[in-house]
Formats: sequence, structure tokens, C-alpha cells
Amino acid sequence: MANKVYVETTLNGETVEFLCEPRQSLLEVLRDVLGFTGAKEGCLTGDCGACSVIIDGRVVCSCLVLGVEAQGKTIETVEGMARDGQLHPLQQKFLEHAALQCGICTPGFLVAAKALLDRNPNPTEHEVRYALAGNLCRCTGYDKIVRAVLDAAAVMRGGTHGVTGA
Amino acid sequence: MHAITYEAPKSLEHALRLLAAAGEKGRVLAGGTDLLIQMRAGVRTPERLIDAKTIPELQVLSFSPHEGLRLGAAVPCYRIVEDPVLCQHYPGLVEAAGLIGSVQIKNRCTVGGNLCNGSPAADTTPALIALGAVCYVASPRGTRTVAVEDFVVSPGRTVLQPDEVLVEFRIPAPPPHTADCYQRFIPRNEMDIAVVGVGAAVTLDGEVCTAARIGLGAVAPTPLFAREASASLVGKPLDDEAIATAAELAQKIARPITDMRGTAEYRLHLVGVLTRRVLKVAAERARAR
Ligand SMILES: Cc1cc2nc3c(=O)[nH]c(=O)nc-3n(C[C@H](O)[C@H](O)[C@H](O)COP(=O)(O)OP(=O)(O)OC[C@H]3O[C@@H](n4cnc5c(N)ncnc54)[C@H](O)[C@@H]3O)c2cc1C
Ligand code: FES
Ligand code: FES
Repeated sequence: MANKVYVETTLNGETVEFLCEPRQSLLEVLRDVLGFTGAKEGCLTGDCGACSVIIDGRVVCSCLVLGVEAQGKTIETVEGMARDGQLHPLQQKFLEHAALQCGICTPGFLVAAKALLDRNPNPTEHEVRYALAGNLCRCTGYDKIVRAVLDAAAVMRGGTHGVTGA
Repeated sequence: MHAITYEAPKSLEHALRLLAAAGEKGRVLAGGTDLLIQMRAGVRTPERLIDAKTIPELQVLSFSPHEGLRLGAAVPCYRIVEDPVLCQHYPGLVEAAGLIGSVQIKNRCTVGGNLCNGSPAADTTPALIALGAVCYVASPRGTRTVAVEDFVVSPGRTVLQPDEVLVEFRIPAPPPHTADCYQRFIPRNEMDIAVVGVGAAVTLDGEVCTAARIGLGAVAPTPLFAREASASLVGKPLDDEAIATAAELAQKIARPITDMRGTAEYRLHLVGVLTRRVLKVAAERARAR
């Protein structure tokens, strides 16, 4: 049996400890060790973005990070976006704009879009498309996703979290 | 992926000890955007990974008019793209770093990894060649320097010995009226590997070019320094004629292959087009300084 390593990290605001093999990706650890199945496995080569998570404020592909690298880091996943039973404005706007069909790409898009808006609350359409170029969607054709992100940004600038209707 | 061990050294000295102890089984891990994929595919099979990102000496990013730029091998590309000083002094290097992958990839990948991976198509390598960047390489035997154009020896192979670490790049401060530019051709806007990439840096005295360097990517088994093309520009006004001559000389040293991204003939054509374009942009930038 391979040697497991003890790792302590902050996941969606809470301290989490786990044991993992050094060869395991952070994606594998999140899904199979910790039961956080929001991040999805699409390609395992950094191309699709379905596995996107935020580490220390930066969005990355968790399939290209080792679980052991999470030691001492702050990790945000899609599971941390809704607060107190209220969807994050991005989640709300994805629903309103029908920005998802099969949904497998959605957690990655939500996390990548959150990383963008955390840094740039008022992005242009061009900036949204650029920020989401590392996320692939085979269903929606992207346009509804871009509209949803721009609309969510507007709502968040207005300070009215989680409002419905558009 | 096969079983491995992982170490996060807190100093260069510690990293070198770990790497020496690991021998042929050791390998440096930077952003992992090449290495982890290759390990999953069984292309590379190191058993002991030593993380470059935790080594302070590899995270240096500083500029001074005397020393020029010191760029740590493990500085992630987002730091380069977002650095106002680099954007001002080395716009071509920033262009190259900004082209790698997506936001997710740029948040992890490094210029050191881009070079050490040894791909002839690595975007930042022609930009570094154009800037005359020098690699500082450390091992238990001490430190040696290698010019970027001499670093890659064949696709996927570099001059690094198993116990050596690329520590940093040093790039001279640009003299007055000096500027660089990097462009690549890909058939889409984002997320692809260069069909051809060209970097250039020029220095002007009035209209006369007093120094020039051109780097080529994806047109030979290794990235190339276009020595004769660069030399042909020196002492002449940087006009269309001089630029066309340099582009032809750059085409002469290209030995491209045909693959799914383009035919050899097409690549040769692109070397001419891109060399002309980057020289024009670099010249415009140099005039504006
Ligand atoms: C989706 C995607 C898109 C990409 N797009 C591009 C692109 O547009 N252009 C491009 O050029 N590349 C691209 N790449 C390839 C890759 O991102 C780059 O080559 C990147 O710069 C590699 O850096 P890294 O830090 O991730 O290296 P790693 O994968 O960590 O390492 C790469 C190699 O270098 C060695 N190494 C790293 N640092 C050191 C060091 N300090 N000393 C000794 N050895 C070292 C490692 O052992 C390994 O062999 C892409 C990759 C992905 C997954
Ligand atoms: S699964 Fe990580 S990018 Fe596709
Ligand atoms: S909704 Fe199906 S892949 Fe995006």
C-alpha cells in the first residue's frame, strides 16, 4: 500500500484534514476522499475546465494540482458558493438565463466566473469570454452563459444578492 | 498515475539535496501543466517530485535599471502578465506569457517549466531568446549559466542534468529606444499550441537599428536564435526592405515539419509573415520610447 500523506487545508471556509497518496490529484481528493463531487472530471488534461476550483484566490484546474499541494492553502469549490440556503447570484442567473443543459460544465463555469467577478466586478463581454476560454461547454453555445455572468455582475454591483427575475 | 513521493523544499539548498538523493528518479514539479499530464500518460515516470513553487529563490521577480530583470523559474505566468513594470519594459515577454493556455493554466504555469519541458513550440522561449535571456542553473557542483537558445537540445530534452535546477532567468535592462514583441499563429483565438511563434527585440538610434535579436518557435526540433537574420538588421534603417531581408534569412534556418497543425510549406510562409510583423511592432514600440 502506498504511503499516505497528512494534509490540512481550508475548504470553503472550514478547516479540513485528509490523508492522500501523493499521486492523487486535488480533483480526485475532493471527489473521492472528501466527497465534494461538485468539481467534475472532463479531460484530465487542463483543457475543459470542468474541474475548476479557486486556490488562494486563483482559479486553477484541480486535475493539474496534486492533493498534497493543498497543504496550508485556502480552497473554494462550487459547494461553497450558495450561502445560508441562498444561491449565489451567478447560480441564480445561470438558472434564469438557462445557461446550462446537461450541467456537467456548470460547476467549472460558476467557479471560473466567480474568480473573474471577485477580481473584476464590472467586466466587459470580451473580458467575460476571455476569462471563460478555459471552460468548455458542449450544450449551450456559450452565449447564455456569458449573458448570465454579465447579469450576475450587474446584480452584484447593485448589492442585491440572489434576487430573482430578469 | 504510478506511485510517487512529493517534497516541498523551503530553500534551494534543500531542493538540491533532495534532487541529488533522488538521482534519476527525481524531477522538479513547477505548475504541473506539462508534467502531470505526461506522468498520467506514462510519457515521463519520475518517482520523486520536488516542488519548485515552495523554493523562495525560484519566486524572485525584480527589475532594476542596473541589474535588469531577474525572473525566478517558478514565477507563475499570471504574475508576469499582471506586473506593470514588466508590461512597460518587456511587452513581448508579457505577450508570450499571456498566450499560454487559459486563465486556469496561467495561474499555475511557469516560464521555467515552459523552457524545461523542452518543446520547440513553447511560447515564451522565442521571446526570451529575443531578449538575450540567460538561465542560471544550480546543482550541488555550483551554478552555471546557459543562454536560452542553447538550453533545449531536442524535443523534450534539455541541457539539465538530473541533479540540476533552473533557478532564474536574467534579462538585461532594455537600453533607450529598445522594445520587444512576440506573436504566434494559431487557427483560433485561444487555447492552442503555436503553428509558428516569433519573438523579436530591436534597439534604434534614430531610424538606424543598432541591435536586434529574433527567436523562432515551432519551426525546428528546438527553438532557434535567428543569428544571421538578426545581424542583417544592424547598422541599417529599420525599413520595409531591411525587414524583408531579415524575414528571408529567418526562413532560411527554419526546418519545419508537417503535422496536424500545418504543413512544412505553410510554416515556412508563416516564419516570413510573423518575422515581418513582430519586427514592425517592435520598431514602432522602440520609436515610441
Ligand atoms: C490547456 C493547456 C494549454 C496550454 N497552452 C500552451 C500554450 O499556449 N503555449 C505554450 O507554450 N504552452 C502551453 N501549454 C503547456 C504548458 O502549460 C507550458 O509549457 C507551461 O509553461 C509549463 O510550465 P509548468 O510550470 O506547468 O511546468 P511543469 O509541468 O511543472 O514542468 C515542465 C517540465 O519542466 C521541468 N521543470 C519545471 N521547472 C523546473 C526547474 N525550475 N528546474 C528544472 N526543471 C524544471 C519539469 O520537471 C518538467 O519536466 C498548455 C498546457 C495546457 C494544459
Ligand atoms: S478535467 Fe481538469 S481541465 Fe478537464
Ligand atoms: S451544459 Fe452540457 S456541457 Fe455545458
